[in-house]
Amino acid sequence: MGLEEYKGVYVFAQQVDNKISTISFELLGKAKDLAKDLNTEVTAMLIGKDVKSLADQLAEYGADKVIVVDDPECEIYRTEPYAHAICSIIDKFKPEIVLFGATAIGRDLAPRCSARVHTGLTADCTVLEIGDFPLNPMPNQEQKHNQLLMTRPAFGGNTIATIACPDNRPQMATVRPGVMQKIDKIAGAKAEVIEFNPGFTKNNCYVDVEKVVNLVSDTVDISAAKILVSGGRGVGSKENFQMLQDLADVLGGEVASSRAAVDAGWTSKDQQVGQTGKTVRPHVYFAVGISGAIQHVAGMEESDIIIAINKDASAPIFDVADYGIVGDLTKILPLLTEKVKKALEEKGQTA
Amino acid sequence: MKIVVCIKQVPDTAGEVKFKPDGSLDRAAMKTIMNHDDKAGLEAALRLKEQYGAEVTVLTMGLPKAEDVLREAMAMGADKAILVTDRVLGGADTWATSTTLAGALRNLEYDLIITGRQAIDGDTAQVGPQISEHLGIPVISYAQKIEVEGDSVVVERQFEDRYHVVRAKMPCLITALAELNEPRYMTPGGIFDAYQKEITVWGRADLKDVLDSDLGLAGSPTKIAKASDKVRKGAGTKVADLGAAEAADYITNVLKEKFVI
Repeated sequence: MGLEEYKGVYVFAQQVDNKISTISFELLGKAKDLAKDLNTEVTAMLIGKDVKSLADQLAEYGADKVIVVDDPECEIYRTEPYAHAICSIIDKFKPEIVLFGATAIGRDLAPRCSARVHTGLTADCTVLEIGDFPLNPMPNQEQKHNQLLMTRPAFGGNTIATIACPDNRPQMATVRPGVMQKIDKIAGAKAEVIEFNPGFTKNNCYVDVEKVVNLVSDTVDISAAKILVSGGRGVGSKENFQMLQDLADVLGGEVASSRAAVDAGWTSKDQQVGQTGKTVRPHVYFAVGISGAIQHVAGMEESDIIIAINKDASAPIFDVADYGIVGDLTKILPLLTEKVKKALEEKGQTA
Repeated sequence: MKIVVCIKQVPDTAGEVKFKPDGSLDRAAMKTIMNHDDKAGLEAALRLKEQYGAEVTVLTMGLPKAEDVLREAMAMGADKAILVTDRVLGGADTWATSTTLAGALRNLEYDLIITGRQAIDGDTAQVGPQISEHLGIPVISYAQKIEVEGDSVVVERQFEDRYHVVRAKMPCLITALAELNEPRYMTPGGIFDAYQKEITVWGRADLKDVLDSDLGLAGSPTKIAKASDKVRKGAGTKVADLGAAEAADYITNVLKEKFVI
């Protein structure tokens, strides 16, 4: 069948423990933009066990339709039953675009599905838009319109590429968490709910999950924070991170870090910003004692305001900072925390 | 037990990044290394070999110079090495690459295939799961611990806030995290032996059950519309000569001006 028969923007609505992951709402926000440009609808694919009641939340964040695959085989994420569910939906409903979060689940599920349905997949996208391919008309090549143009960093953040999938459908992408904006919640919105069970037959590709081990339960979601005070090797010790915590506390923000600080054991992996950590774009990003390696910058450069404090005047972080202060963080931070506290008290507010 | 480890030669993006005078990346001038996650996968295979006895074969697809990483792998302890290289395979995206590697793997006996989670040049993490799909075997991604029990593997599979202990019947494909282990160094004897050993070189004709139309640039569903070296936003204001108190005042004023406080 022709490519033009594939319609609609579909989103894999990841849920874990029957709680919808933030990335799912972010994907719906972007899907709504794309669907508007294509004059089509947004469909969420919700897979799990006893998950139907979550459909309303997806509607409130932009889903026009929700396809629910509810089956005991899908209770805990496993590649095969989930890939079977997604590929069966693709087979039956023929979406033109399918988006996944670039999470530990999405980055396993999406490639398995792309191989099965024989289509392209672009990983870890940071920009998605509708446009022409090739971008400009070329002799002896048809220029296709209404294509999904997927932009992603590569080469450790040193290059950026825009990729299309002109001859196969659906067009598939994984999207980095924290990059797309969810829409303002439309309270009470309802979606058309379609229950769909493709049937699950165990085969050699089914694995057994023998144990689920939850790590720290008090993890901080740095990608949701409006203010981040982030530290690197220059902070010097785990104890010194308390100064960053104090500043974050008065500002109502969270503490993040570079990979160097995680490797040194001063901060935890879920606080790591950068290519191998999280992408963040808070309103204010303090880069404290962070040199600004390209892998780190790739994860924070979209922040609205970047304030860098570093002893080394030649640190590359100053190339991306809106405000750069060359100085000793151990002297500046405590004073800054005091001054901010005082300023807030004068205004009669506390964070 | 037979283990095949898929490895990739990559430019060292964490090392010195070199640029041409026009500002574009000078890939040819950059050092190449064995991809970190792949090296951890190889180390895991070598430990399984020591523990349970196994034959370890390393497989790569690339330019003829990718032979270097195969020699390195043999110097670490791999038993056999296969290089898949052919002009018609060039320009492959992950779909065409995984199709190619699956075509090579169909010629081999394996209980376990290990790939790295992702390569540091592309960072896609797609090729491992895609190979497993082409071969119709289970995949366990993001492995942080691997054990063998009889005809099964028991793997700790990492997620953001948890891990699963997953059991799968072999044959099975596992993608390895760099955190899995600390790879060993090559030994002098190993290096000497590595240069005595044969590397098997395969071309298009040696790939089993693959269509020409699924290979290389032409067989890649994704096409590059535009690629550029990243343009970063310029530096803002930098102040260097303030005392700590003035610096704190300066930042406080910025926060006030921007209505943060």
